[in-house]
Amino acid sequence: MVTVDDFASPVRPTWCTGCGNFAIWNAVKRALAQVGLAPHQVMIVGGIGCGSKLPDYTRANGYMTLHGRTVPVATGIRLANHGLRVICTHGDGDAYAEGLGHMLHAARRNIGLVDIIQDNRIYGLTKGQYSPTSDRGRVTKTSPWGAFELPVNPIALALAAGATFVARSWSGDLNHLTETIVRALGHRGYALVDIFQPCVTFNRQNSYDYYRPRVYKLQDDPTYDVTDKMAAFARALEWGDRIPIGVFYQVEDRPAYEEQVPALRAGPLAPRPLEKLRPEQIRRLLEELV
Amino acid sequence: MFSPLDDLTIRIGGEAGMGLESSGVGFSQALVRGGLHVFGFADYHSRIRGGHNFFTVRLARRPLYSHTEPVHLLLALDQETVRRHIGAVVPGGAVVYDEKDGLPEVPRRPDVQYFSIPLSKLAEEAGGSAIMRNTLVFAVAAGLISFDPAYIESVARDNFARKGPAVVDANLRVIAAGVKASRPFQDDFPFRMEAVPGAPRRLLLNGNQAFAMGALAGGCRFVSGYPMTPGSPVLEWMAAHAEEYGVVTLQVEDEIAALCMAIGAGYAGVRAMAPTSGGGFSLMVEALGLAGMTEVPVVVYEAQRPGPSTGLATRTEQGDLLFVLHASQGEFPRIILAPGTVEQAFEAGWRAFNFAERYQTPVIVLSDHYLATSVRDVAPEDLNFDAVVIDRGELLTEAELDSLEGEYKRHRFTESGVSPRAIPGHPKAVYASSSDEHDEYGHIEEDAENRRRMHAKRMRKLETARAEMRPPTVYGPEDAELTFIAWGSTYGPLREAVDRLSEQGVRARMLHFADIWPVPQGVESLLTGETIAVEGNYSGQFADLLRMATGHTVSRRILKWDGRPISPEYILRNTEYAIRTP
Ligand SMILES: Cc1ncc(C[n+]2csc(CCOP(=O)(O)OP(=O)(O)O)c2C)c(N)n1
Ligand code: SF4
Ligand SMILES: [Mg+2]
Repeated sequence: MVTVDDFASPVRPTWCTGCGNFAIWNAVKRALAQVGLAPHQVMIVGGIGCGSKLPDYTRANGYMTLHGRTVPVATGIRLANHGLRVICTHGDGDAYAEGLGHMLHAARRNIGLVDIIQDNRIYGLTKGQYSPTSDRGRVTKTSPWGAFELPVNPIALALAAGATFVARSWSGDLNHLTETIVRALGHRGYALVDIFQPCVTFNRQNSYDYYRPRVYKLQDDPTYDVTDKMAAFARALEWGDRIPIGVFYQVEDRPAYEEQVPALRAGPLAPRPLEKLRPEQIRRLLEELV
Repeated sequence: MFSPLDDLTIRIGGEAGMGLESSGVGFSQALVRGGLHVFGFADYHSRIRGGHNFFTVRLARRPLYSHTEPVHLLLALDQETVRRHIGAVVPGGAVVYDEKDGLPEVPRRPDVQYFSIPLSKLAEEAGGSAIMRNTLVFAVAAGLISFDPAYIESVARDNFARKGPAVVDANLRVIAAGVKASRPFQDDFPFRMEAVPGAPRRLLLNGNQAFAMGALAGGCRFVSGYPMTPGSPVLEWMAAHAEEYGVVTLQVEDEIAALCMAIGAGYAGVRAMAPTSGGGFSLMVEALGLAGMTEVPVVVYEAQRPGPSTGLATRTEQGDLLFVLHASQGEFPRIILAPGTVEQAFEAGWRAFNFAERYQTPVIVLSDHYLATSVRDVAPEDLNFDAVVIDRGELLTEAELDSLEGEYKRHRFTESGVSPRAIPGHPKAVYASSSDEHDEYGHIEEDAENRRRMHAKRMRKLETARAEMRPPTVYGPEDAELTFIAWGSTYGPLREAVDRLSEQGVRARMLHFADIWPVPQGVESLLTGETIAVEGNYSGQFADLLRMATGHTVSRRILKWDGRPISPEYILRNTEYAIRTP
């Protein structure tokens, strides 16, 4: 049986005390244990940022890549070995600034990734510049007049791009977080999990106290239909005093990208032995050139 | 009049959309089936309609490595072709033009013959469409040089079989009409190149195809790319063979994603590559460093075109050498191969993956438009599948993984710099590599001593690799007074230039480098006498690289950067100049 302790790494997190990343880290480990995925059966891919260091603190296959390029690297891993459950953990800057294009393409591709965004609505590692999810008017070192831009809406964007699983959770509710990640792990295609992650050092506005009274759970409403895209869009636009969390949308009507690739019908690529071409294969190739 | 020429050049010119390249390659295919040697190259604009395009096929009774400048037969599908190329036609040569187009208002050359044939009309009558005059005019050419049209018919049968018997028959009628139309002019055209019946079977292919085939043979099973001339045909070729050979191919959102995905696949244990051109490579630069830092085997195929920026999209240059050598921040080992021929492109295909896995680092194969798209014939055994080796380097086997003790060190310090690699997925080798500097396990580590050792470990791999790099091909006498230095696609034109100099009694030789970086050992001893670098760029980048690596300064540089390939004649003209001016 897989337990949370199986994921214990000798490396201690360097996150600030109270950082929302601790809850996400624990939820990931708990979710993996719950679904019975052992450290060697998963691959956790990070980018660059505070949250992106999660693989270093977790005993599991992992890869800490480049700022903004988490998703394409993870896509390559998934296509090379879809026997591994591939999970991305990266920040809002990583995912929605440099990586936004990749996210939209991963969604329309429906590649089998669980894409966890540690959305603290600030740049943590580079010490406090505004991010794509920072509110308009937000004053930071690089936005001394207040941010002129509107924040991105990752939930609506993912829905528009054709994502088949779109969810949001927050670091203040470990059980909800764990449950949401468990559901994402059970999804066959691309699964976006945007997580409000308080950054206690550089973002005092979007704190635990800010979110606690505002968030409400979509799944508390028994009439909410996760297969209704228009309803999902409507909730995605809800913002302000009441902010929905939970699974906005989930459909399984579209095969994952890797399920459609002819070369992968025979199973994962990476474990297959690599052999020289057979004589009849060579003959066929040369036949094309006469 | 009959001249026993064993080498002649036919050029067809017209506008984009006239199907010059496809019919030119088909004609080349027919020539090869007829036992002749060919070298064909296309010159076209980066547009879908209009513009001036031409396809040149040189044919001979001996192996060819290059195109040449003189044209014996010009097939003009518009007036522009005559205007632009009449100067290249040799005395005694001929122009075939469409009666309906007429001739441009330029002085007629008295030493060239002009054959007016109603190409469009005949194509329409015989095949049902004036478009087919490209096929018709090649049949005219076959008639003029006494090449048996049966070979053209056989290619048409094969190429159009998919489209049904009606299309095949139409093409056969057009070919017959072309041959018939050539008859009145046959006696006036002095150059002949008859087929060689019963000649051994040969293959026709370009550098892109050869490289892709070599990569497939070498175990490449993942290709991600974004379309960009002239590199993307490699992605297309792989996609066409993906199902049969079990290759994952995908077109992605940009070249950043393309290389990142290939790196992901390489990390997961699959031989992966990203084909592109210089512009796409520019986007890949940061990811290249990721592969270097995290010791991931991956191959980048970079088919150069003239830059910077969009440059000349459909033309050739060797301007990216120092760029790919230095691309990305920081230092890390990389290996660069620059094949010069179709045969070397095939070899580079599989060798690149062995280097990538043996040294766990990125390998760049530098090609260019000229090599990538020019077609040449080779013997089947020249694509040497027997020589293909799949060497995965220090990759831990399942049994070795099972018996691992303690925590696995993915980036273990070793003498060679290469750390035994585990493919992720085994319970005893669970690890996470990091683009941050890391310790032997892969954990992020900023300690100075660790940095010193880990960086040196990675860089040591380059020295280990150096011993494996092949020395340049030496072509010509050892005591040569002139030593020409080339790399990549300049092989063919330079080889021919050296041949012609030898015929003139000049003792000249060529040093051709296909293994570029790390610069092979012992090169210094070859750099003797007068050394002349021949390169398709403005500054002589390889000459600079050689000076950096060996201290040798070449005596002269013959350079070209107009986007058109270097020809043997260009080298000879410039050699005379170089010899005459002290
Ligand atoms: C190409 C590139 N640009 C910039 C950086 C510097 N950088 C590192 S982390 C970061 C932003 C981090 O923000 P986010 O992704 O939201 O992660 P967080 O630290 O907030 O968890 C930046 C800009 C980089 N590493 N690479
Ligand atoms: S800076 Fe913010 S995001 Fe980074 S570790 Fe500290 S609290 Fe967490
Ligand atoms: Mg952030």
